[in-house]
Amino acid sequence: MELYRLTAHEARDLLRKGEITAVELTEAVLRRIEAVEPQVRAYITVSPDTALAQAAAADQRLSAARRSGEVDTLPPLLGIPIAVKDVISTRGLRTTCGSRMLERYIPPYDATVVRRLRAQGAVIVGKTNTDEFAMGWSTENSAFGPSRNPWDITRVPGGSSGGSAAALAADEALIALGSDTGGSVRQPAAFCNLVGLRPTYGRVSRYGLVAFASSLDQIGPMAKDVLDCALLYEVIAGHDPHDSTSIAQPVEPVLPALNGDIRGVRIGVPREYFGEGIHAGVAEVVRRAIAQLESLGAHVEEITLPLTRHSIPVYYLIATAEASANLARYDGVRYGHSATATTIWEHFTRTRGEGFGPEVKRRIILGTYALSAGYYEAYYLRAQKVRTLIRREFEQAFERVDIIAGPVAPVLPWPIGWVMENPVQAYLTDLLTVSQAIAGIPALSVPAGFHEGLPVGLQLVGRPLDEVTLFRVAYALEQVTEWHRQRPTQ
Amino acid sequence: MGQREYEVIIGMEVHAQLLTRSKMFCGCSADYVDAPPNTHVCPVCMALPGALPVINRAAVEATIRVGLALNCEIAPFSVFARKNYFYPDLPKGYQISQYELPLTYNGWVEIEGNDGQPKRVRIRRAHLEEDTGKLVHVNGYSLVDLNRAGVPLLEIVSEADMRSAEEAHRYLLKLRTILRYLGVSTADMEKGAMRCEANLSVRPRGQQTLGTKVEIKNLNSFKAVRDAITYEVKRQIAILEQGGTVEQVTLGWDEHAGRTFVQRTKEEAHDYRYFPEPDLLPLEISREWVESLRATLPELPDAKIQRFMQTYGLSRKEADIIAVEREVAEWYETAVAAYPHPREVYHWLTGEIFRYLNEANIPITAMKVTPDALAELLRLVEDGTINRNTAKSVLQEMLATGQRPRTIVDAKGLAQVSDEAALRAVVDEIIAAHPDEVRRYREGKKGLFGWFMGQVMRATRGKANPATVKKLLSERLEGDG
Ligand SMILES: [Zn+2]
Repeated sequence: MELYRLTAHEARDLLRKGEITAVELTEAVLRRIEAVEPQVRAYITVSPDTALAQAAAADQRLSAARRSGEVDTLPPLLGIPIAVKDVISTRGLRTTCGSRMLERYIPPYDATVVRRLRAQGAVIVGKTNTDEFAMGWSTENSAFGPSRNPWDITRVPGGSSGGSAAALAADEALIALGSDTGGSVRQPAAFCNLVGLRPTYGRVSRYGLVAFASSLDQIGPMAKDVLDCALLYEVIAGHDPHDSTSIAQPVEPVLPALNGDIRGVRIGVPREYFGEGIHAGVAEVVRRAIAQLESLGAHVEEITLPLTRHSIPVYYLIATAEASANLARYDGVRYGHSATATTIWEHFTRTRGEGFGPEVKRRIILGTYALSAGYYEAYYLRAQKVRTLIRREFEQAFERVDIIAGPVAPVLPWPIGWVMENPVQAYLTDLLTVSQAIAGIPALSVPAGFHEGLPVGLQLVGRPLDEVTLFRVAYALEQVTEWHRQRPTQ
Repeated sequence: MGQREYEVIIGMEVHAQLLTRSKMFCGCSADYVDAPPNTHVCPVCMALPGALPVINRAAVEATIRVGLALNCEIAPFSVFARKNYFYPDLPKGYQISQYELPLTYNGWVEIEGNDGQPKRVRIRRAHLEEDTGKLVHVNGYSLVDLNRAGVPLLEIVSEADMRSAEEAHRYLLKLRTILRYLGVSTADMEKGAMRCEANLSVRPRGQQTLGTKVEIKNLNSFKAVRDAITYEVKRQIAILEQGGTVEQVTLGWDEHAGRTFVQRTKEEAHDYRYFPEPDLLPLEISREWVESLRATLPELPDAKIQRFMQTYGLSRKEADIIAVEREVAEWYETAVAAYPHPREVYHWLTGEIFRYLNEANIPITAMKVTPDALAELLRLVEDGTINRNTAKSVLQEMLATGQRPRTIVDAKGLAQVSDEAALRAVVDEIIAAHPDEVRRYREGKKGLFGWFMGQVMRATRGKANPATVKKLLSERLEGDG
């Protein structure tokens, strides 16, 4: 078997036994990248030298531990090649956010999640493509061009963490980090037959995650199976004093819950998640997956979340308002693209005019408008009020059920170019993934099957800080379906 | 002025840098003044992509203490907000400040009003924010120094309760005194640690509606505050007298030209698009926290003035002079404890010592004379060892060298001569040497008595006991001689 096809936990076992080395594994992944990147274009930056150095360091730790018989105490991600979405700061490794604005920006510091990965001894292979500043659904809004879906390279891998998803589906990394503001981990995971988690807001530190919408952004793990996703989650989750919005509560261990037993788990299926605008093929695959959970002993009941239809306007008002401020720092004074100009105002205007792409500009303008005097109450403030209602609606639902299940995306991966022609419809593809972000609750995407050869994801939504139940249910489904074992043909 | 009488209505906005060890939202040192440019910076205060702010608890505590000293209510729940605008010295493109739900609000301070009576100036709010960086202009370029960016800044907003430039000036002085008493800010305007903006409007006395309000920004000294307001009031009255209307503008103050100038018109006013800072959780401030901070408050100037008036019999004005600086007040009290004649100590402190401090331009804490040494000096006067004039020169010596008064008196042989026999010889000599003056005195020119005193003092190099000399001279001049 080719090493790059391994899951992280399989590779971990082989590394510990000494049957493979981290350098061999990393080299295999780097060769794979070289072979498939011309078609897939998952990465913005690949860093073979630093990756191999990290792998060599991991091998030293592994052999030292093997000599002293302490391999079982080694961190689980030691020597595992990982792809990092290019909105997460990596010291010494350029972090472009998919933008011309930061094309040559090299952070002098690591994001907290990256620091945790380095402490594990994980091997950072490179930085993956993203819609510019994570604003998009398909990586088509990247200044570096779109990534392709390995299941059908004429189609998008989803977004904005599409680069990480494409890299995993094409075996260009074993695990990956994405970020989810309104579905950007879950939707590409669904489009590429992967497992992706949006953790509870505040569960994973945002320090070093380049901000799109601060009250919605969360870094999330992406993986080829549930166990890998859980391993990565356990590494990145936890309190961080550098992020004031991070939650102090300790992280509940996930692995003990991965036993396939979901008897008695109450699953709510919202009527609204199967209504108008949901592709019939997607709905059918998802219903089948839910039926399988029922056959495993879960209790399934229909529920209703009527505020779902308000979630798109609420999301876009809050996200763009926050983005309009978050992106103000790109003024060409301290770093990033800097235009030539004679006055400071010309400098600002030209720097931002040249540095940002059209979708980013669109959202900055929208958000600026929503915060303007005379509109603030009608837009931003009202959106915040509806946000509270949406949160409450979930709370009420979770009095009756333990998790909520439905599709991730209302559509199948679309052909590259579609977003550019249908920008308004593109906003609607977020319908099923933004309300969880608005409420700050965890949601996970797990492979549910295929329609016309394209992957479909099942979304599981949980109570705040109850990631464990999501992993438990997803793992049970994975055990009986094994959809995750399906690989793209090439 | 014209026929009508005018009333001026002034409100103040004061910014004061807080003396915390680190900056408002990061670990960088806030003590940047002498540091080379851009050396007190990190990802947070440089606004690198992905960096996040963390609230400096010491700055919150300092603000609550100020709020308490300004008789404010302390919010149980307070929110930071983003104030959005572009400027090269503002790294994030927004300033983290407070808008709705400031830390403290609804307070007051007492100042002396125009009529000499105590008057309250209401405080609308005192909140916490971060300072900007600095621009340095060199050869047609603007260089950005971010050492100051993120230094905690306290903003104190008053109601429009002041009615003259003098009241505004006294209000500022009062704030500075309180901030210094609390030890939360140097409040040094000349060094930019305290900055001030005034808003003012003018209306004919008796008119109910307010006149057009203008703002004057960047008032960087006490003098600038007084001069700019005085100038602006005159300017506006002149406009109104000519039947014109005052424009709603933001002004700057040109210190050299001595006049205000328009910085921004109403149309150019910023829309700051405030919204709650999503990177920071709202602050929850418990009663216990507030009370524990209240317990750390020193005796504040108003209370101290009252006590000085009652305990030491000083007038309000005198007590005010002593209490304006906490260190001076403490020095005074220590001296009075060692030499329990409050008026005498007051006299020496505000006379000789203040004059010296002014000339040397040093604070009282840097002075070489201890309260105890002054007490010793005053006892030497009291027991007749030296006279007051000698004491003055001994004090000068003490200020210059830090020596004890006894040491100086002994070393220079300055002890007063009270021995009547010795002094009588001197008096006799003087009288014998000046028969003309003696005659004129006896003919009625009694004013010459002081001249004779001076002659004796000079002959004894100031050491003669003046009372004894006076007695002896009277005997001789009034007698048959
Ligand atoms: Zn800093």
